[in-house]
Amino acid sequence: MTLLEALPIALLGALLGLDVVSFPQAMVSRPIVAATLAGAFIGNPPAGLLIGVVLEMIALDTLPFGASRYPEWGSAGVVGGALFAAQPPTMPGALPASLLAALLTASISGWSMVVLRRLIASRLERTRDRMEEGSRDALLSLHISGMSMDLLRGGLVTITAMMIFAPLVRAIVAVWGSDSAPSRAVVVVIAAMVAGGALWKVFHSVRYVLWFLLAGLVVWMVLLVAR
Amino acid sequence: MTDAPTRSFELPLRVRLAMYFRLFALQGSWNYETLNGTGVGFAMEPALRCLPGGIGGPAYRSALARQSRYFNAHPYLAGIAVGALTRAELEGVDSVRIERFRTALAGPLGSVGDRLVWASWLPFCSLVAMGVYGAGGSALAVVGTFLLLYNAGHFTLRAWGLRTGLSRGLNVASALGNPVLRHGPQYIGCAAAFMAGIALPLALQRVAGPGRALVGGIIGAALIGILLLARLRERAEGWRIALGVLAIFVLYSVLT
Repeated sequence: MTLLEALPIALLGALLGLDVVSFPQAMVSRPIVAATLAGAFIGNPPAGLLIGVVLEMIALDTLPFGASRYPEWGSAGVVGGALFAAQPPTMPGALPASLLAALLTASISGWSMVVLRRLIASRLERTRDRMEEGSRDALLSLHISGMSMDLLRGGLVTITAMMIFAPLVRAIVAVWGSDSAPSRAVVVVIAAMVAGGALWKVFHSVRYVLWFLLAGLVVWMVLLVAR
Repeated sequence: MTDAPTRSFELPLRVRLAMYFRLFALQGSWNYETLNGTGVGFAMEPALRCLPGGIGGPAYRSALARQSRYFNAHPYLAGIAVGALTRAELEGVDSVRIERFRTALAGPLGSVGDRLVWASWLPFCSLVAMGVYGAGGSALAVVGTFLLLYNAGHFTLRAWGLRTGLSRGLNVASALGNPVLRHGPQYIGCAAAFMAGIALPLALQRVAGPGRALVGGIIGAALIGILLLARLRERAEGWRIALGVLAIFVLYSVLT
């Protein structure tokens, strides 16, 4: 992938990275959306959607509570969606390799958010006196520069990840040794395990939650039989 | 100390709209020192221009400085604080009382919002979208369902928060007793569990693709993994385990 080819993907990553925290938090940065959009950019939205659903299940484990540190799924969803959508659909290694690249991007991008927040804090420290005097310019400058840096952060993470992972995923897919069924099965088990564990972590204290889960499973079984 | 408001309070529609729009950028300068405090100042700024003396006047400057200090709230519910504090500033309530109120409001707005939005509404909407995917929905249907459903709640909550804060001022604490905020997580949690029972297996079936190969192994391994993670709860991060397992599998598949 050339730098020029990666630019539109980087722009998408920048915009969706901005949505995670800074603006407007409309959750277009959730992987189920981000990966599908990236897939659409490559011309293969169903592939983007497939990896987006898997990433969404894994992302349920890291909800953005307060000042906690978490992976950044906006840019990661874009990288995962773009990488998977660009692979031939019959290649068994495409999904696991693209998923691994997306998870690594999420981790690195989460770290970049911590760096950005420290950078904003140090900028705030430098303008402390003006802020304490109620300077409108100082406040607007801090706020707008924070958002601009976040936009830049998302773009840089995405383009760097694409430049590194695009050739790497292609190489992995080319030498992949496992069959198609077990390759897909490992991804399904990982997604099911993380999503199940995450939902239990979030909802275990809700009254009657197990009964509602069982009722849902019964409906699923009825649908399975009806099909 | 002045307890009673000393000025009457009226905000033009364009100012309210500017505040509402700025609420979406509340966390633009989020940092580990003031958290979303500077965002609160940023969102209130259009209204503070209505203070006597206008932009640059002493009332405007002291209010902006006061409101840009440390504050922590869930971003979607911060509108309650922004509205209430705006009203207090425009009514000329004593600064000591405003600061005390500001400190008291931060904690509840954080915990209530986290429970309602991050731990209930967001997972519920994700599960509904996964259900649409599992039922064979197209990319547009899945993404459209998620974004419309989630943002119907999101946009409404932000608008309600700002309107409630502006109308109740320092008496806004009672708004936190709203049934949606108090009982919402319980009801949404039940709905999410029900959806999880349907949507997760449906979506996983579609991801796995056609054929019955390895179904027993997949269900068994997934159940063991879920039980393990459920037991570990806060002690393990599922996504990190996923990353590790996937890395080992990719390495194995490349080397064999």
